[in-house]
Amino acid sequence: MLNVLSKRVLLIIVALAAVLFPLVFPNMYVLQLLTLVFIWSIAVYGYNIISGYVGYLSLAHAGFFAIGAYGLGLLTTKAGFSYWLSLLLAVLITSIAGALVGVIALRTKSHFFAIYTMCVGVIVYLLIDKWDSLTGGVRGLIGIPAPGNLGPITFDTLTSQYYLALFFLTFTIFLCYRIVHSLLGRTFIAIRNSEELAKTIGISIMKNQLLAFTLSALFAGLSGALYASFIRFIGPQISAITVTFEMLMYLLVGGIGTLAGPIVGTLIVISLTQSLQFLEEYRMLIFGPVVVLLVLYYPRGITGSINGYFQKKKQQRVKVANEEHDVKRKVGEAG
Amino acid sequence: MELLFQQIFNGLTIGSVYTLVALGLTLVFGILHVPNFAHGAFYMVGAYITLMMMVGFGFHYWIAIIASIAVVALLGVVTQQLIFKKLEGADGMRMMVAAIGILLFLEAFGQFMWGTEYYRMDTPYGSVVNLFGLTVTLQRLLIIVAAVILMLALHFFLTKTMIGAAIVAMAQNREGAFLVGINANQVAWLTFAIAGGLAAAAASLASPINLVFPTMGNLVIMKAFVIIIIGGMGSIPGAILGGYLLGLTESIGATYISSDYKDVIAFLLLVVILTAKPTGLFTKGVQ
Amino acid sequence: MFFSTEGITKRFGGLAAVEDVSVSVEKGTITAIIGPNGAGKSTFFNLISGIHPLSSGKILFKDHDITKMPPQQIARLGIGRTFQTTNLFEQSTVLDNVLIGHRLRTKSGIWDAIFRTKREKEEEKRSYQKALEALEFVEMMHVVEHPVSLISQEEKKRLAFALALATDPEMVLLDEPAAGVNPDETDGLAYLMRKMADHGITVCLIEHKMPMIMSLADQIVVLNHGKKIAEGRPEEIRQNEAVIQAYLGGEAHAPVKQY
Repeated sequence: MLNVLSKRVLLIIVALAAVLFPLVFPNMYVLQLLTLVFIWSIAVYGYNIISGYVGYLSLAHAGFFAIGAYGLGLLTTKAGFSYWLSLLLAVLITSIAGALVGVIALRTKSHFFAIYTMCVGVIVYLLIDKWDSLTGGVRGLIGIPAPGNLGPITFDTLTSQYYLALFFLTFTIFLCYRIVHSLLGRTFIAIRNSEELAKTIGISIMKNQLLAFTLSALFAGLSGALYASFIRFIGPQISAITVTFEMLMYLLVGGIGTLAGPIVGTLIVISLTQSLQFLEEYRMLIFGPVVVLLVLYYPRGITGSINGYFQKKKQQRVKVANEEHDVKRKVGEAG
Repeated sequence: MELLFQQIFNGLTIGSVYTLVALGLTLVFGILHVPNFAHGAFYMVGAYITLMMMVGFGFHYWIAIIASIAVVALLGVVTQQLIFKKLEGADGMRMMVAAIGILLFLEAFGQFMWGTEYYRMDTPYGSVVNLFGLTVTLQRLLIIVAAVILMLALHFFLTKTMIGAAIVAMAQNREGAFLVGINANQVAWLTFAIAGGLAAAAASLASPINLVFPTMGNLVIMKAFVIIIIGGMGSIPGAILGGYLLGLTESIGATYISSDYKDVIAFLLLVVILTAKPTGLFTKGVQ
Repeated sequence: MFFSTEGITKRFGGLAAVEDVSVSVEKGTITAIIGPNGAGKSTFFNLISGIHPLSSGKILFKDHDITKMPPQQIARLGIGRTFQTTNLFEQSTVLDNVLIGHRLRTKSGIWDAIFRTKREKEEEKRSYQKALEALEFVEMMHVVEHPVSLISQEEKKRLAFALALATDPEMVLLDEPAAGVNPDETDGLAYLMRKMADHGITVCLIEHKMPMIMSLADQIVVLNHGKKIAEGRPEEIRQNEAVIQAYLGGEAHAPVKQY
């Protein structure tokens, strides 16, 4: 671990950089990119809760992302609700969907859970794709409004959207931070560590997993809804399993089960893909092997490996201290 | 009535393809203990190799298929030796993620090599024959017959050879005396070779009645998951039964319920099954 | 009776792993479960702690029928447990590992986490105190801040005790608590178990180390092929024909004779 002080300084610098960025570099292309990174990160934070901290590989995440996106899209364009009410409802609907799926899916374990959630994801995709009269099918849903005014604040410029995304991302990270550093977060990690042990120390597995799964769906829904109102157009492709895989990749690169992992991974992978334009279509030629290599050699990703490095240093210090302690004891005994 | 028979016939055709894919998947499950998400990509690569052999090199359909089986079998062995072997004993999540990484790579590779266009595969068996009053294309008939032959060959290999018996034992997660003296590594790569070969054969047989494109394996593999859960992970008869059952259900469902939603059937079926029985059908014993 | 099982049976498929076992345990005593490998000892523990459902029989604890209770409820009632191989969180410190043990006595949920409520802070503090108490009990105060990956095998065993103690148990089930540690360290662990019993915590343990059991246990229960073949005080067990037979017949070595 970095020591607390330098960690805090680093955090303040990053936060300041994010806030000042549009003022210093008002580059439309980069702002657009960063806004997307922020929005995707929110979903990846959700992914991290269930797959990183509780240790269950969910493959329905893009499905929840799409429920949030289509929820907002349909409520604003078809039902004519106001933007902010729609956003709230979209997130609520996704959370409820998550809870309902979770109640059943979480009764299954390990690969059954992965396949079950995969099927849920595919069903969401097929429903969006085929339910033409509601979702617009393959043509997609167009004309989704940008975020509505909040009193004097308007969201018609890219910069304002950037700040909106940044606000929600900060909010998400704050919630995740609080959760991870609470008794609840410790409970999640205990379940990941060993379900059997967790049970015998009195932890209710199902209840905690369901909470984690619902939270993960909530963030996916929020991210999807923000995405819909940023891009203003959504199609069935956003619910494809490849989108889930993509998010999994961000998480893995950044560091699964770490607090900084989601934003680090999303930022790195998306900006790398964008800066290597020729890669766009074939980026998986590189990222596929990257995922495999990470799993083989760096299962904790970038953040996890950095943390690991500092931990090792600390361990060495402890070891040295131990040895000194032993020596002293021996000397004491001898004397 | 004729329509029903026609649909049963079509169901058997699709079911044959599903079965071949699911058989490979169920065998590999015994090695990895998790489903191999990359299996669908093997299927896709198999189709492209056959197509390339036919169009690019002008080989005959059958020769192209054999070449494709060999290439994909090799691909299976390479992934097992290079990746999965190193993950032995790792937790299920890492295995699954590794498989997903392979899938992503192979899909991009397919796109890079052959583009995103949809290709048609010509077959020397395009003619139409009359079978017990049904008009069917020869290719569809071929799929059914070839699948049966492949399954019989597999059956003989698995029951009449030591290594085959070991593969079955591994798939069913049986341990103990039976596996003593068997080279586990050999069993592992051979299983991957067989699974790859079966996927390539299935794709090559199915391509003339479908199309060839980079994501063609996705839906097939996901349905194969459904099949092996219905049939029981690691169970060979289960995979066969499940494969045909799903093919028939889809074919008949498409006609009598809705052709738009025929693909949903498989996944709904699975959701219903796992909802009722979270450990899957036909799980033996407790833990 | 403080704790008792009445004819409990567990079948896996057709095979009975535990068959018709009745045991009674008095408060504050040490009961050792012994038997050859595969005798059903661990399964017996799994039945008590609720990990496996029973095929038949009844389990009573403090006048509660816990037969059908889920594991977390049984833990809350006051039965703690350790495993043969404790899955500790290697990257965390010793203290962090034990902290979670008290979770079952806390109520903080998602809202407490997000708003860091008074309840969250209080319960966190209480969990720390409890964890420190437990670590003090097992005499590990000198390594509380060490990562688990750095402590010795014996310390991991103690840590497992501490984790079970942090749940505020009235009875603990210890699965081979002294496996894989040297004789000196075994004495230390035996002393800890005696200390638990002296503090009113009822101890049940599975163990192979006969000398330790013979000097430690108040009561010994012998299982073989899932059935109870003997029970009694150590000196009674030592002379029991059936026990000697089971060990001589079932295992190459005869631990009872060793003593």
